[in-house]
Parts: sequence; structure tokens; C-alpha cells
Amino acid sequence: MPRLALTSNYATAYAVKMCDVDVIPVYPITPQTTIAEKLSEFVANGELNAEIIHVESEHSALSACVGAAAAGARVFTATCSQGLMLAYELLPIMSGLRLPVVMAVPCRALSAPISIHGDYIDLMVARDAGWIILISSCAQEVFDNVIQAYRIAEHRDVLLPVMVAYDGFLMSHTIEPVEVPDDENIVREFVPKKREWLYLDVDKPVTMGPLAGPDWYYEIRFQQVPAMRNAYRVVKEVAEEFYKKFGRRYDTIELYRAEDAEYLMIGYGAVWGFIQEAVDRLREKGISIGGMRIRLLRPLPVEDIANALKNRKGFIVIDKCLITGMPVGPVFSDIVTALKLSNVDTPGISAVHGVGQRTMYIRDFVDLAEKCIEMFKSGKIPKESIYLGLRA
Amino acid sequence: MSSRQEISIRWHGRGGQGAVTAAQVVATCAIMKGLYAQAFPEFGPERRGAPVKAYTRLSTRPIRHREPIVNPDYLVILDPSLLELPATLDGARDDTILVVNSPEPPEVVKTRKFGKVVYIDATDVAMKTIGRPIVNTAILGALLRVLDLVTLDDILKSLEKFFSGKLLEVNRKAVVEAYNLAKVI
Repeated sequence: MPRLALTSNYATAYAVKMCDVDVIPVYPITPQTTIAEKLSEFVANGELNAEIIHVESEHSALSACVGAAAAGARVFTATCSQGLMLAYELLPIMSGLRLPVVMAVPCRALSAPISIHGDYIDLMVARDAGWIILISSCAQEVFDNVIQAYRIAEHRDVLLPVMVAYDGFLMSHTIEPVEVPDDENIVREFVPKKREWLYLDVDKPVTMGPLAGPDWYYEIRFQQVPAMRNAYRVVKEVAEEFYKKFGRRYDTIELYRAEDAEYLMIGYGAVWGFIQEAVDRLREKGISIGGMRIRLLRPLPVEDIANALKNRKGFIVIDKCLITGMPVGPVFSDIVTALKLSNVDTPGISAVHGVGQRTMYIRDFVDLAEKCIEMFKSGKIPKESIYLGLRA
Repeated sequence: MSSRQEISIRWHGRGGQGAVTAAQVVATCAIMKGLYAQAFPEFGPERRGAPVKAYTRLSTRPIRHREPIVNPDYLVILDPSLLELPATLDGARDDTILVVNSPEPPEVVKTRKFGKVVYIDATDVAMKTIGRPIVNTAILGALLRVLDLVTLDDILKSLEKFFSGKLLEVNRKAVVEAYNLAKVI
């Protein structure tokens, strides 16, 4: 398979092209813009037969996605940060209408103060809108996740929109090797257009998005619960099929040197590479530690997380965002919930790093692990996140 | 050569000189050769004339992390005035190879040690070949005199991914010209 030198944004655009997407409503925002640019180029030079709708805001972009998907089109869009916040109103509408749209999110900080830099707060704020969320850790995985996202979203047992998230700038603008099939039919065979969702058809009239009173709202909303349960299974099935066809294996979580590890350091997105390097350095010092990353954030793979963390002496979660009001990071909270539901009582420490793209070094993760292991040994577990890289 | 070879290049330029593109050309070239590579800018709002940093890593193995390059093997300076900013030389080692756009050996070689120093009047090369003071491809030519893992021919080929037509031709000319004229001390 040929290797191209691509940023994660370009990897997204190549995957979208290969999935033969029909409609792309999009509005530019840093650091997402190069996705829209590359897709416009593909359409302009005839490599992709799609309708690009240049709208006047992200709210309009997502609104156009609702319309196009409701008409039965395969739809893609991308946004982040303030754009995602402006479009937020449409997120639960998309999942509520069960429209299988795929959206790339190169995650970026939120104002104020204004920051164009990488951070996961935008994604975390949008976690509970009923979308499936995959977080990628390298450009290759971004390419692979976009392809898998269409299979997951359009699966008749799921029919939910999917966000493919990754680090703004640190991934969206970093060139890396990406294996891209030279024959796009290989991808198109993997994501055939079955159109198994309910769409607007004059010959088979349906009503979409009507008013639901207290007598029906609950039951209609509840349909998303089994859909999310199914999504967990379908994510795994699609990953397995993807592995058979493309040779790269994915799961809901990923472990690194974890078999015999007493402690696990956990992250998501680009932090994963730092964790792996830090684990290697700590192992060289004789410290029994491994790494874990969350690939599937929604639906949260509760059992997989609990199984990975049981019988350990402690875990550390690095959240790349700062959310106040809870004393710990958002993914730390998710993991603690997963453990409690599974009766696993491994102690954990929450850490925050890379906020607004504050520079991260491998040694930060090494130092953090050593400090946390001391805390686990002494039983003095902090009740609030450890804030790395913060000036006093 | 050890079984694992990793090379780090830190680029310093000013907005508009093409430091980021140069970083990407080298990484793209290595990837096309089947090596592993990574290139990224020190991200910030883009402003013409402001100091810009970019990073390239080349390796025989997959590169997992995205740390900025603190102790570069190669330090490439597209604008000699940047050598007056102390931060430009931050983390440079005694064996770091300095590649600088300068008609003369830079002053800094009198006060500190480098592995090698390569200098070239990249602005002159760029004006004569491209007709504009965009020095990235010229400085790339000078870097190739001392760079491992990728060769002049590899780079000339990978420039196709960034330029076409007349621009490709003049940029290739800039690389070759600077490669030939660069002085290594």
C-alpha cells in the first residue's frame, strides 16, 4: 500500500474522498480549515463527485448536514472549538433524528481567552450530545477511523452520528506517513452505500422531527439507548473487519506494556505517544508501569476499561483540557464511573496537561508517574487534579 | 550506523520565508523513501516577518511522540538576524550542525563550538533562481551537503509534491545551486 506524507487533516480529507461522500457542508475554522481546503480541491479537480456547500456559519453547516442526511445522502463535515459550540444545537438533533453523519473534530481550546491551539475541551463539552466519539492518536488512525466511522454510523443497528476527534495542530498540522490504498474501490467496498436509515422519499412519506409530548418523548429518546449499546458491539465488529481487510488492528481501548504492569498511565489523542515513550523510560528504571488509551469515548467501553484496570495498584489519567466545577478531569470521571459500576477499586489520580497546547515533554509524564506512584504507595491520593506545566 | 537512527532538524525563519514548507519537504522526502518522519511548525497565528520555528524528525523506526526538538542535530537558520536572538541557539550542542543563510561565516562561530557550520548566501541564490527572497529551497540545498538519510536526488524528486511547472523548475535550480555553492567549515 503506498505511503503518503499527510497531516491528520489531509488524512481525513483522503478518507472522506475514498468513502465517496455525497454532501459536504462546511465552514472554515482554525485548525480545521485545511480539511475543507483539501476537499474543495478534490471536488474542483474531479477526484470526488460531491456537493460542497459553503455556508455562512457552523450552525448552518450542521443544519445542512441534517437536511442532506435526511435526504439520504452520505454526509461529512468538520469543525471544532467555537464552531462546534455554535453548532451545538444541531448535535442532539442529529443523534435524535438518527442521521449517520460523520464529523471530524481537530480539537481546540475554547474562548475566553481566545486560543486557536490544541486542547480537548470542545470535545468534552460535546460528549453528551448522543454522538459516537472515536479519538485518534496518529494520522494513520485518523484515516482509518473516518472509514470505520461510516460503517459504524450507517449500521442498521446503530444509525447514530460519529465524531472522529484528534489533537488540533499537534496532529492536524503534523506531517506523518499514512498508508493510503491506491485503489479507492477497496475502501468503497468496505463502506458500501446501503442507505438503511429512514430518509425523505416522496414515494414512502415519513415525518421527521415532529413535536413529541410527555406521552412519547421518553420512548422516542430511549431508542438511542439500545443504539448506543449496539454501537459498542459494532465498533468492535467493524474494527475486526477492518483488520482483515487493511491489516491494522483497533479496539475500544489500547494497551501498551500492560500485561504485568502494576500501574497504568492513561490518555487519549496525541498524548498516547508521550505515554508510550514515558513507559519505556520508566521500565528502564525498573518501574512496573504500562500505558492505556481511550479510542472509543462514547459509548464508554465500561467493561473493557474495568478489565484493563482491575488488579492494578493504581492508575493515572491525563486529561488534555481544563474543566472547572469538577475537581478532576472529564475522562478521569468517566473511568472512575466505569470502575465503580464494575466493582473495581483500583485507586486513581487525575492529571491535566497540554491545556491550550502548553508544551508537553516526555519527561513530564515520567516525573508525573514517579510522583503518583509515591502517592499510591503512601495512600495519600490527591482529591483534585495535578496540574502539569502550570506556572506558579 | 546504529540499528536505530534518528535525526532532528530545527528550522528558524521569519514568516514568509518558507521554513515550514522546508521542514515538510524533508519529511515528505523521507516518507516517500520508506523512512519514518514527522514535520510540524511551532504553531501560532501566522504573521509575515515574525520569527517562525519548525521541526523535522527523520527515523528508521516509527516516531510516536510529538515533543518539540530541544537539542537539535541540525539547526537551520533562514534569516541570519535570528542568530541575534538568544532563543535561536537554545539547546544547541557542541556537535550540532549549523546551517545558516549568510554570505560569510556567521559571527557566532567565533564564540561557540558546533559540529560543522554550513553557510550560503541563500537570499542571493533565491533572487537569482526564483526571483524572490523566499530562501527555503536554497537553504535546503545547503543542508543537503551535510544531511544523512536523504540525498539531493531524493529532495529534487519530492519537490514535485510541493511545486509544479515553472515554480518546480526554479526551486529545483535553487536547491542544486545552493548545494554546489555552500561552504562547509
